[in-house]
Amino acid sequence: MELINKNRQKRKKLFSLFVSFLLISFLGLLGFFILKSLWLGTWTGEAQTCRTSGGFCFSFLREKWRYILFGSYPDSLLWRPILFIFSVILGIFFSFFRFFWKKALIFYYWIFLVLFSPLFLWGIGGEKVEISLWGGLPLTLFLSFVGIGLSYPLGIFLALMRRDGPFLLKYSSIFLIELVRGVPLISLLFMASVMAPFFFPTGMEINKTLRALGAIVIFSAAYMAEVIRGGLNAVTQGQREAAHSLGFGYWKMNFLIVLPQALKIVIPPTVNTAISLFKDTSLVIIIALLDLMSTAKLAVSDPLWLGMSFESYVFVALIYFAFSFSFSQLSKKVERSLS
Amino acid sequence: MTKPLILIDQVFKWYGETLVIKGVSFNLEKGQKAVICGPSGSGKSTLIRLINQLELYQKGNIWVEGILVHPDVVSSQQLCQKVGMVFQQFNLFPHLSVLENLMLAPCWIKKYPRPQAKELAFFYLKKVQLEAFAYKYPNQLSGGQKQRVAIARSLCMSPEIMLFDEPTSALDPEMVKEVLDCLLELAQEGMSMICVTHEMGLAKEMADIVAFMDEGVILEMSKPQDFFYSPKHARLQTFLEQVL
Repeated sequence: MELINKNRQKRKKLFSLFVSFLLISFLGLLGFFILKSLWLGTWTGEAQTCRTSGGFCFSFLREKWRYILFGSYPDSLLWRPILFIFSVILGIFFSFFRFFWKKALIFYYWIFLVLFSPLFLWGIGGEKVEISLWGGLPLTLFLSFVGIGLSYPLGIFLALMRRDGPFLLKYSSIFLIELVRGVPLISLLFMASVMAPFFFPTGMEINKTLRALGAIVIFSAAYMAEVIRGGLNAVTQGQREAAHSLGFGYWKMNFLIVLPQALKIVIPPTVNTAISLFKDTSLVIIIALLDLMSTAKLAVSDPLWLGMSFESYVFVALIYFAFSFSFSQLSKKVERSLS
Repeated sequence: MTKPLILIDQVFKWYGETLVIKGVSFNLEKGQKAVICGPSGSGKSTLIRLINQLELYQKGNIWVEGILVHPDVVSSQQLCQKVGMVFQQFNLFPHLSVLENLMLAPCWIKKYPRPQAKELAFFYLKKVQLEAFAYKYPNQLSGGQKQRVAIARSLCMSPEIMLFDEPTSALDPEMVKEVLDCLLELAQEGMSMICVTHEMGLAKEMADIVAFMDEGVILEMSKPQDFFYSPKHARLQTFLEQVL
C-alpha cells in the first residue's frame, strides 16, 4: 500500500516537473520574442525604417493611436471621449475598494456611465457630435457598458417572469429568451442594421449605432436572464415561505430577500457574460460601426503603413485584456468579500 | 360566545390527485395553545400551512379572526399581521444580520421608521436573550439561536397567533431545551399558539388542546391529561406507546 502511494507521489512529482518545464520554456520563448522586438523596435522614423528593423514598430502607434482609440471623433472635442474613458477606468478602480461599495457607486454606474455619459459624448449643451462619428474605445465602452447596464435589469425581469410570471408574460419571455439564444449575435446585428428600419413608421429614424445597441441589449439580456434564473432557483423555497409569512408581496420579496441572494450566487457567470459581451461588441464591425477593433483594422489599411497589423492588433488586444482582466479580478474580489 | 381566533371548517386539500387533508375541523379561542402531533405524512404541517396561505385548500373554510382565508378575500399582507410562523428550517435571511432580519418586515410592511423598528427588534431580541447577537449573521449562530431569532422575527410583526411547524426537529438534542423554554415563556404570556411537534413534553406542559392527526384526519382531540392518560383511539394508543 505504501509502495503504491510512494509510486503515485513520484509520478505526480515527475508530472508537475514536466508541466513546469513546458510552462517555463513557453514563457521564456515568449519573453525572448518580446524583448527582441522591443530591442529592435523603432520609436521614430517612417514606415520604411520599421519594415527593415524587424522589431516592434512604435512609430506606427505614435502615428495612429489617436485614430485607433477615438475613431473619427472631432479632434477639437477629444477631451470628451478622454474624460469618458477616464471616468470608466475611475469607476472600475473605485469598485476595487470595499470602502466605496455604497449606493453612490451604483448611482455612478447606472446614472452617470449608462445614462449620462452617452449624452455627454453626444454633446449635451455644447457642440453636437453625431453618434455616427463615434469610434474606437469610447464606442466599444459605450456599447458594452450601456449594453450591460440596460440588459442586467432587463435580464432580471425576464428571469422573474419566466419563473413565475402570469401566463402571457411568462411565455413571451420564454419565447424571447429561446429565440435570442438560438441565433448568433451577428444575425441580430444584421437585423438591427438592415431590417429594423422597415418596421419603423415612416419619418422615424433611429441611428444605426443605437439600433446595434438595442440588438446587443436584447442579446445579452437573454443570456443574463438564464444566468439569473439559475440563481433564483438556487434560493431555497423556505426563504420565499418565510418572506410570505412575514407579509411580503411578490416584488418586495424578490427585491429584498430573493434577488440579493440569487444575484450573489451567480456573480461568476454574470461576469462571464459581461466579459464576453464586452468582447462581442467587436462584431459591430460587420455593420460598419467603427469600434476599437474596426479602427485597428482600418489603421492597418493605410497605404503608407501597410504591414503593421501585428502592432495594431497587439495594441487593441492589450486594451481588451486590461478591461476584461480587471472585470474578472473585480468579480473575484466581490465574490470573496460577500461570502 | 366570543368569536374563535381560528376556525377551520371541513377543510379538504388535494396535492394533485392525492387527498392529504380529509375534512378537518378545528377551532382555537384567543389565548389557547394547541399542539398537533402525529406520524410524519399525516398532514399536520399542511394543516397549519393552510392557515398561513402557504398552501391553498380546495374545499371548506378557514377563518382567522372572522376573516376568510382565501386568496381573493385576504392578501398575505393583512394575514401576516395576525399570523406569525416559525419553520423547522429557521429560514433566516442569510444575507442580513440578525437585527436586519428582525427589522425588515416592520420597516417595509408596517412602514415603521427605522429607529422605532430597531427599538422593537431589540425588545424581542432581549426576550429571546440574544441581544448580544444583534450584529451577527445567521451563519454565525447555532441552531437553537437561529430558531430563537426566527421566533423573535415573527413576533416583531406582533401577531395574534403563532404557528410553529416542528420548531425543534432540526435541532441538536442539547439545543432543544432553549427553544422549548422560549416557547413556554411565550405561552405563559398568553400568546395563542398552534404547534406541530414531536415533543410530547411540550404538549403536556403548555397545551390546552392536543390533537392527533393521521392520514389527513384528526383522530382525537382532547385536553392533555385525557390525551396522554386515557387515549380512546387505538391508533393513538400505539403512537403514544412508541413515542413515550
